[in-house]
Amino acid sequence: MGDATMSKPVPVRHLHVGPEFHAEQHIHPEPTSFLSRYVFSKDHKVIAKQFLWYGLFFLVMGGVMAMMIRWQIAFPGTAFPVLGQLLWPQSGGVMPPQSYAAFFTMHGTLMIFFAITPILIGAFGNLLIPLMIGARDMAFPTLNLMSFWTNVLAGLCMIVSFFVPMGPAAGGWQSYPTLSTLVGSPGHGQTLWILGIFLTGSASIMGAVNYITTVVRLRAPGMGYFQMPLSVWGIWLTAILNALFVPVLAAGVLLLFLDRVFGSHFFLAGASITKGGGDPVLYQHLFWIFGHPEVYILILPAWGIVSDLLSFFSRKPAFGYKATALSMSVITLLSMVVYGHHMFVVGMSPLLSQGFMTLTMLISIPSAVFFLNWLGTMWRGSIRFATPMLFSLGVVFVFGLGGLTGLHLGAISSDIYLHDSYFVIGHFHLTMAASVLLGAFAAIYFWFPKMFGKMMNETLGKWHFWLTIIPITIVFCGMLVVGYAGMQRRLYNYEAYEFLKHLHPINVWITRAALLLGASQFLFVGNFLSSLISGKKAAENPWEVGTLEWTIPSPPPHHNYDEIPVVLHGPHEFNNPAVTGKDWLAQDEPIGDEPVALGAVGN
Amino acid sequence: MNARPEAAYAPAPAPLTEPTFGTATTGKVGMWIFLVTDAMTFGGLLLAYGILRAGNKEWPAPTTVLGIPFTAFMTFVLIVSSLTMVLGLDAAKKGDRREAVKWLVATAGGGVFFLCGQVYEYRHLIHEGFTLPSGNFPATFYVITSFHGGHVFTGVCYLLITAFGVSRGRHLENGANFVEITGLFWHFVDLIWILVFTLVYLIP
Ligand code: HEM
Ligand SMILES: [Cu+2]
Repeated sequence: MGDATMSKPVPVRHLHVGPEFHAEQHIHPEPTSFLSRYVFSKDHKVIAKQFLWYGLFFLVMGGVMAMMIRWQIAFPGTAFPVLGQLLWPQSGGVMPPQSYAAFFTMHGTLMIFFAITPILIGAFGNLLIPLMIGARDMAFPTLNLMSFWTNVLAGLCMIVSFFVPMGPAAGGWQSYPTLSTLVGSPGHGQTLWILGIFLTGSASIMGAVNYITTVVRLRAPGMGYFQMPLSVWGIWLTAILNALFVPVLAAGVLLLFLDRVFGSHFFLAGASITKGGGDPVLYQHLFWIFGHPEVYILILPAWGIVSDLLSFFSRKPAFGYKATALSMSVITLLSMVVYGHHMFVVGMSPLLSQGFMTLTMLISIPSAVFFLNWLGTMWRGSIRFATPMLFSLGVVFVFGLGGLTGLHLGAISSDIYLHDSYFVIGHFHLTMAASVLLGAFAAIYFWFPKMFGKMMNETLGKWHFWLTIIPITIVFCGMLVVGYAGMQRRLYNYEAYEFLKHLHPINVWITRAALLLGASQFLFVGNFLSSLISGKKAAENPWEVGTLEWTIPSPPPHHNYDEIPVVLHGPHEFNNPAVTGKDWLAQDEPIGDEPVALGAVGN
Repeated sequence: MNARPEAAYAPAPAPLTEPTFGTATTGKVGMWIFLVTDAMTFGGLLLAYGILRAGNKEWPAPTTVLGIPFTAFMTFVLIVSSLTMVLGLDAAKKGDRREAVKWLVATAGGGVFFLCGQVYEYRHLIHEGFTLPSGNFPATFYVITSFHGGHVFTGVCYLLITAFGVSRGRHLENGANFVEITGLFWHFVDLIWILVFTLVYLIP
């Protein structure tokens, strides 16, 4: 029996804690003025909330734009209810073609850079890293503050761009030249888009430097890398990718900016052959060197969070914890060398394409590892179907679908047919929109008590889940189907094409599901706001889990930990037979009278 | 009610690891990571330069347009400023404030000289019609060198702030860690210049 090994006496563990470690983490007094407390705060928990509000704002904006795009596809020539009349009075509320292009561009841009990134990386990165590793704050609180406010400037650029003559950027979220040069988009919208991306990129870099350093330097004594919750692993790997590849995007858009404003022609082919013409494909390289890691930047935090939540709500240790952490790391590495799969049709050397295809296919190995680990975690667990768990299961489901469809796009022969079709739209929405969105909801439902000290309503949460997962599956699987049938993406009026006309009924159903999806988000908004005001008061550890943030009050005090905790266990110690009376164990909680000694403590 | 099968139970008592990362301070780790991101930005720009140049058969030999001896001298000054930086850090570590300030200001002086040289070079080149819109050789040249120039400018400000702090008796604790971090940035700027000089000026 395994029991024999478990009850072996645990040796006294000596912790060596460098003096510097303690020297760094002073308890700062809580700021008292309104401005320094809620606006220009350096407290990671406050910045996390700022990012959450900021991201939710853009999520609504991007979401409404998605509804409008879908409306135009299913009901061309009819006015979008209410908002249509406000936005396009001259056409009787019908979205004109130029607005359609602007809206899918800005929908993609806002969702990726201003909704998902702030919520998962900005809000939960900030909230979870210090709390989960047992630190008092981020390594560089001032940098944290700057990161948020730089982001706000970036968001303003994007919002202002809606009001300039000729409207916002309309060259797709990738902003490929020549669409995005002065030839394709003469207005100021595209220039503001570049500024916004540059600024939000700078903010991401500031965040990344801060996150990586915090994880490297401020882990509590005993918190080795393999004692970190998988959420922290995910966010940390994301920060690494941000630090490495956002700069490449910055370089790309900088050159685009010079092309637009200072008359260079890095990306203008032909126009200037005699002076040495530019190369539009160069932009695609720079963009996708960043762009492919970007999809992992978005998904890694959600993967980490889901890996933790599945274990928490199955009341079992995460199956293959180390394998999950390592496979996420391997994916992070591989994601650096596969970007060419976005460019199979630009006319690259076939040899290079083959290489990119092979590397892309390799990613399915580590992906399968952690996916099976998720299933293994739930296997024979005593699952509690609370709202965060439902959303985590939703992630497992939609990510499974999205991951499998990715194989069709990673293989050159099928990609040449599917490229730029609605199949791609379906695929990437399943993987990086639906999965990440559901992951964000899981995180919000789960950590809301810790952030705001109140519980969210479970019944509403469950309704929200079912009314989200069903339509979201219909919407994005529907897109896979019409894409497979040959419908291209970014079409203002697909019915202009004889061979696509028969897709009308299914497109109408996709739109209906999308509208239902949009409407059911009111359940979330209502739940969020009413719980904030009058939710049940949250206990210290309402979910009965063992990670460090649940050992302190909800919400935590300004300095998080009165005393820096000493970590003794991994993050998922459930049903440890040596523990009686409850089925979880806090990471810093000794088993029985397990002796712990601190050596060379600096304070 | 113990629903967990025994086989899945893997308690693996946490090995208690040293939380500090060697002896590097938080600031130093942060600076290193920042330098990596910064190197990636230069990497992006140099990649663009490489692709544009490789794809263009009429790219002129840089040596025919750019004044190599002049820039070689500027490069030399920048390398010397790395040396004075080392001397400044050494003095700061020994707690010799006056000496440290002297070398730090000398380092900044090297940076200012370099910037003046760059302004002179630009004016000369623009006068000859070598302007940003006039082709991709000038365009990549200006983007990369001015992006580097911006780093030199930042470095000069950073050095002067550090020198000011040292003159007030600050930044000497912890093995003059603050000065060392300033130095990291400055050496990085020099290192990048040597790459830029080789790739943009020298390769025929
Ligand atoms: C949840 C509801 C959502 C719906 C119904 C939806 C729907 C759509 C539609 C209809 C398009 C236009 C396809 C085309 O005509 O080419 C689109 C594009 C796009 N969406 Fe979404 N979307 C949703 C959420 C998201 C989220 C959360 C993200 C971010 C991760 C996202 C990222 C994008 C991107 C990047 C594009 C491509 C834009 C372009 O072509 O430049 N979407 N979406
Ligand atoms: Cu990709």
